[in-house]
Amino acid sequence: MSLDAEQVKKIAHLARIEINDADIPGYASTLSNILDLVDQMSAVNTDDVEPMAHPMDASQRLRADVVTETNQRDRFQSVAPKTEDGLYLVPQVIE
Amino acid sequence: MQWEVVIGLEIHAQLMTNSKIFSGASIAYGAEPNTQACAVDLGLPGVLPVLNTEAVRMAAKFGLAIGANVSRHSVFARKNYFYPDLPKGYQISQMELPIVETGQLEIELKDGTKKLIGVTRAHLEEDAGKSLHEDYHGMTGIDLNRAGTPLLEIVSEPDMRSAEEAVAYMRKIHSLVQYIEICDGNMAEGSFRCDANVSVRPKGQQEYGTRAELKNINSFKFVEKAINIEVERQIELIEDGGTVVQETRLYDADKNETRSMRSKEEANDYRYFPDPDLLPVVLDDAYLETVKATLPELPDVKRDRFIQEYGLSSVDAGILTMNRSLADYFEKAAELSAAAKLAANWVMGEVSALLNKNDLEISACPVSAEMLAGMLKRIEDNTISGKIAKEVFEAMWSGDGDADAVIDKKGLKQITDSSAIEALVDEVIANNPAQAAEFKAGKEQLMGFFVGQIMKASKGKANPGQVNQMLKQKLSG
Repeated sequence: MSLDAEQVKKIAHLARIEINDADIPGYASTLSNILDLVDQMSAVNTDDVEPMAHPMDASQRLRADVVTETNQRDRFQSVAPKTEDGLYLVPQVIE
Repeated sequence: MQWEVVIGLEIHAQLMTNSKIFSGASIAYGAEPNTQACAVDLGLPGVLPVLNTEAVRMAAKFGLAIGANVSRHSVFARKNYFYPDLPKGYQISQMELPIVETGQLEIELKDGTKKLIGVTRAHLEEDAGKSLHEDYHGMTGIDLNRAGTPLLEIVSEPDMRSAEEAVAYMRKIHSLVQYIEICDGNMAEGSFRCDANVSVRPKGQQEYGTRAELKNINSFKFVEKAINIEVERQIELIEDGGTVVQETRLYDADKNETRSMRSKEEANDYRYFPDPDLLPVVLDDAYLETVKATLPELPDVKRDRFIQEYGLSSVDAGILTMNRSLADYFEKAAELSAAAKLAANWVMGEVSALLNKNDLEISACPVSAEMLAGMLKRIEDNTISGKIAKEVFEAMWSGDGDADAVIDKKGLKQITDSSAIEALVDEVIANNPAQAAEFKAGKEQLMGFFVGQIMKASKGKANPGQVNQMLKQKLSG
């Protein structure tokens, strides 16, 4: 499988990664190589293999439903670029 | 052309846990912004989610309540998208192996028709934060208190064919999640929200039309309106030669219109994959048995029992069982007073009216079921009339004690002594000689006037049946 320039741009957009047009052919070829490897793996017959959600053969440990966290807002917000009224401020989102 | 409407609903029910689904932060509503958003909720590097046992139990309880398959093995997945109120860049949800699969619910429409609606699945996921679009110097404010709040997303089959069916289904789920105590159902605070997938197709066509997703509708009234207006829009569009595009639309209640939010194929390429931070959730039969043992009597079963046991109509039993606390209140009052129909009428009438007027829940009703039953007994044994009972009820509501105390203190005991009633009747006839003469001359509609005067003279306490009888006797004599 080989990705075209448009697909590479779309993937970059979904990941919010800025890329230079000059680098697109390079990305197209390396990403295509990864997909080829996936195709190769898909060719293996896995009819009797149970899908694996996690490499560890274990199940999820559960937590008691207890509030253990205290308010640390000031510490968290000390590294935020901009805050006001306790809110994190971000560039305007237009819906 | 005849059009058929196809609707499927996605309901988000916020689970009534103490802490978040993957962290130990509180989910209490109304806290100061970001005071309940911990490092896990903020998606800071190095943190790991740990699943809340109560969220799992509540999801399993829902599955068992609708007779669905509760999965012995379910898996969390990452749903990837970028939005400022989702700091990790993905929402932890479930995709391929949800905790609840394939159940169904029976809805009943206004004309009494019953219909089964399929529940495709219900899965656990975390809520996002809130964006505040008020102007912060051209920026958007983000409150992450809600981020990580446990949600159960309940997805229906596209089985509904009208807005009425959709509302009936939504009400049914709303009642059920409160019955089984997994969600408080508070729509104003966003604890119970609904997205509707709506499409139309020519009647008789097998394939579905292209659907639009109506987002975050937070009242039953708006669900109905939003669906109807969207159906109208789609039919008009197609009849004018256009095509419906798959997209998310927002319902604007002020303008009563839906409008496009974003085109789905463009923005929503979620790239789900299993979350490597979380292991599969494994539940065994013994666990599910213990959860099943905690299920209360469910609304449909309770309704049928009320019809059987108390001789209520299907409609009345339906109203009384919609809310579990209301059903419990009614049942207690009915048992203690041994007057079930009277109890039903009072609970649906005066009790509900005053609760609505004062914006109170039944659990906060100042008149307890015991107090109501005490009053109903006094109606039954003719101590007070139904009319005086309203006065007694209001006094109990204002904290004047139980029915007997109020009746005693206010001297409201019904006058049933026939000589006392006779004296009242004689007095009123004597004071209104002209009307008495007219009545005797055949103007029988004056009966009401006399009854009214006598009731007034007795301050409403005279037994109305006895008054009528005595009047007839005197006036015709």
